[in-house]
Amino acid sequence: MIKPGKMLREVLTSFFQKPATVLYPYVKVLMPDRFRGKIRFLATLCIGCKLCMRDCPTNCITITKVGDKRFQAEFDLDQCIYCAQCVDSCPKKALESTADYELAQLQRNKLKMIYHAEPPPPQAAAPIE
Amino acid sequence: MANFKIPIGPQHPALKEPESFTITLNGETIIEMDMRLGYNHRGIEKACEERSYIQAMYLVERVCGICSHSHSTCFIQAVEEIAGLAIPARAQYIRTIIAELERIHSHLLWLGVAGHEIGFDTLLMYSWRDREVVMDTLAALTGNRVNYGINTIGGVRRDISKEHLAGLLKTMDILEERTKYYIEVASEEITLIQRLSGVGFISHEDTVMLGAVGPTARASGVDRDIRRDDPYLAYKDIEFQVITDTHNDVYGRTLVRVGELMQCYSMIRQLVAKIPEGPVTVKAPRKIPAGEAFSRYEAPRGEDVHYVKANGTDKAERVKIRAPTLANLQSVARMMENNRLADVPIIIAAIDPCFSCTDRMIRINDTAGRRKETISWQALRTHSLEWYRKQGVDFKDLNAKMRQRMKA
Amino acid sequence: MAWSLFNLLIFPGFLFLFVFGLAMEFVDRKLYARLQNRIGPPWFQPFADFVKLAAKEDIIPEEADSVMFRLMPAFALASVVTAFFYIPLWSTQSLFSFNGDLIVVIYLLTIPTLTFFLAGWHSTSLFSMIGATRTLTQLFAYEVPLFMAILAPALLAGTWSLSEMTVFYDQHPAYAAFNIIGLIVSLIALQGKLERVPFDIPEAETEIVGGTFTEYSGRFLAMFRIAIDIEAVVGASLIAAVFLPFGLGLGAAWGFVFYLVKVLAVIALLALLRTVLARLRIEQMVIFCWRIVAPAALFQLLINLILSGVLRP
Ligand code: SF4
Ligand code: SF4
Repeated sequence: MIKPGKMLREVLTSFFQKPATVLYPYVKVLMPDRFRGKIRFLATLCIGCKLCMRDCPTNCITITKVGDKRFQAEFDLDQCIYCAQCVDSCPKKALESTADYELAQLQRNKLKMIYHAEPPPPQAAAPIE
Repeated sequence: MANFKIPIGPQHPALKEPESFTITLNGETIIEMDMRLGYNHRGIEKACEERSYIQAMYLVERVCGICSHSHSTCFIQAVEEIAGLAIPARAQYIRTIIAELERIHSHLLWLGVAGHEIGFDTLLMYSWRDREVVMDTLAALTGNRVNYGINTIGGVRRDISKEHLAGLLKTMDILEERTKYYIEVASEEITLIQRLSGVGFISHEDTVMLGAVGPTARASGVDRDIRRDDPYLAYKDIEFQVITDTHNDVYGRTLVRVGELMQCYSMIRQLVAKIPEGPVTVKAPRKIPAGEAFSRYEAPRGEDVHYVKANGTDKAERVKIRAPTLANLQSVARMMENNRLADVPIIIAAIDPCFSCTDRMIRINDTAGRRKETISWQALRTHSLEWYRKQGVDFKDLNAKMRQRMKA
Repeated sequence: MAWSLFNLLIFPGFLFLFVFGLAMEFVDRKLYARLQNRIGPPWFQPFADFVKLAAKEDIIPEEADSVMFRLMPAFALASVVTAFFYIPLWSTQSLFSFNGDLIVVIYLLTIPTLTFFLAGWHSTSLFSMIGATRTLTQLFAYEVPLFMAILAPALLAGTWSLSEMTVFYDQHPAYAAFNIIGLIVSLIALQGKLERVPFDIPEAETEIVGGTFTEYSGRFLAMFRIAIDIEAVVGASLIAAVFLPFGLGLGAAWGFVFYLVKVLAVIALLALLRTVLARLRIEQMVIFCWRIVAPAALFQLLINLILSGVLRP
């Protein structure tokens, strides 16, 4: 039957329902496990193959050698598209996605994220494994 | 009242993306419409030539914010065809599931936008609230709400677990119930029907002639759907109906979309039931052998077409994207004729336009350094007709011929 | 003298109306949101919006008629506030009254619409001019039914003064039941007057940007906004006075409570109306008004004519 106010009942019932609005900054929204958020770099695992750099669509990741078998990673968070291709490309699982999505910053330089390499092992001669 | 022109866009509250429509009005009645595209040109095709295939895939995914999976799948299909890769069946099913989820989210989004354009914000709020369910499902399956990034050359990047599949079925039940309600609203609420029916009329013949695609065409009785006509992914394994309608107006387009929603739910149920076990990727080479491929995909908005030419390196030689909106825009001008100013937003919205997907550019450089001149549109048309006639193709009276063909 | 000034400016005059108008805007917005399953704005949002707008720069288009552009918001505001003084609120006595004030109130309530038209027209932007013509077209459609619907109870009461009308209905409350069609008609017309869905055709932001108010900004827009808020309250009070004359003889305190309930009820009904309907096209609106609303109002008039003949020979 064609009539005005078809949604009337739905509308009135939702008046007594809990609003669907999420009070976001006050109530945190949790992301699912597989969420591709900020990338974390595990310096100890990196072997410096730079496969991640080659596959990154936005060239926002830079791996530099800072010492013997020690690498640091630099991310431009404002360029990263959080596709996690680098995570897939890395042969050593030195990169991983986190659920961190609150990445906005007021200053641009804060968007540059540097993961420093581990400090050099105490005895220079000690073999690593 | 004399005729006057009003600009809708490039910046206008009804348009979510910049595009310019100049509308000639007589009082409230539209006499004609002029369109200018290109405010959103991003140079994606060119940029694809400078990136490796895997990088280009992420770029292509970002052609459209809503049908991101459509574009990336369409592109990847072409690449895989050139490379001669057969992707595992499970990967195909996963791609299909994501594709249908994307269609659900796109159509629910459209329903809300349509409601908003006719001043029915309640519909917008409800349908977008329900759309959140699909968005969350997509995020759980793929890792993101919008750019899913599930594809990779040779398969998909993530498998779908059993729990996820079970959850998916539950989601379908919720959404199906909601969609049934919207169908009821669409067929009973008088103000909605008043605003939609008879608006943006385009005849079946014109639709065919102007080459409209997707729900826009199907609402004018054009029974065309790539999923059935040229099956890709897992569509040949499942049963579904192609929804068509003969209202030929915005109301028909609404009915087609909600009808397709109902089909999506049944398709996803079938996919979940039939999904085979097995690996989700095969090893893909970095360098794609020389060759070219053309790939078609039924995006939520209509047929999406990608053309990829490979030259044996790890970068594409040429990528060409034809987003569905480009095919549909032509028909908008026809739909506008004799409608009211008040209907402009809903008519434009009814093709579910995605302008930034559409904007491409062609620039011809005269490398020989010959004389430059500006030719008028009409002269260019005559020139090209002449040029093709010399090649043995007669495009003159194309429209008349088309009509004749269609009658026969 | 001082007392009248107090009445005019503070209570129940301008300041009261200002606060009441904003409060009712909040009620309307909150209700609208809750009906759509949203949370809606906090209670001070309308006031915050007002302050924000008032603090912003006023931009007057070069092409616009600057005098008219500036004057119109003040006109709109002044006319709605004036109308309020002639409406009996929580007793049978309004602040000012004379025989025929009913007509004056209806006319005063027409002035804001005319100022919208003039404001839009003198902005000289295409969108505001289209909005302006739509405002006027719409005015012709709902004004006549509104007029008839409000005159009908007056006919039954046999007076042209709002105060005397309420006295009459206070003595014979049962008669108010006859005016039910008029009540519905005037609710619809009020929605049109306030230019809200389904009759927000003159401002339809998806079609003509902001319609009449496209070029307005800053203080002038704030003034228009507050005028519309107050118009909603005044319109609701008028409907309450004419169609719902209950609880007026119970003294100021109870009268005030009743008054609040009545206005709230009207505002809630209008909010509900705009939640469940889509915006009409201008020609659909005109057809709807002339085919359905106007005959209904006429019918009401007829009923009351016959009734007054029967009841007061
Ligand atoms: S997530 Fe994507 S864009 Fe970001 S660093 Fe990794 S590969 Fe590059
Ligand atoms: S791919 Fe992994 S191991 Fe190689 S450089 Fe990058 S982070 Fe290090």
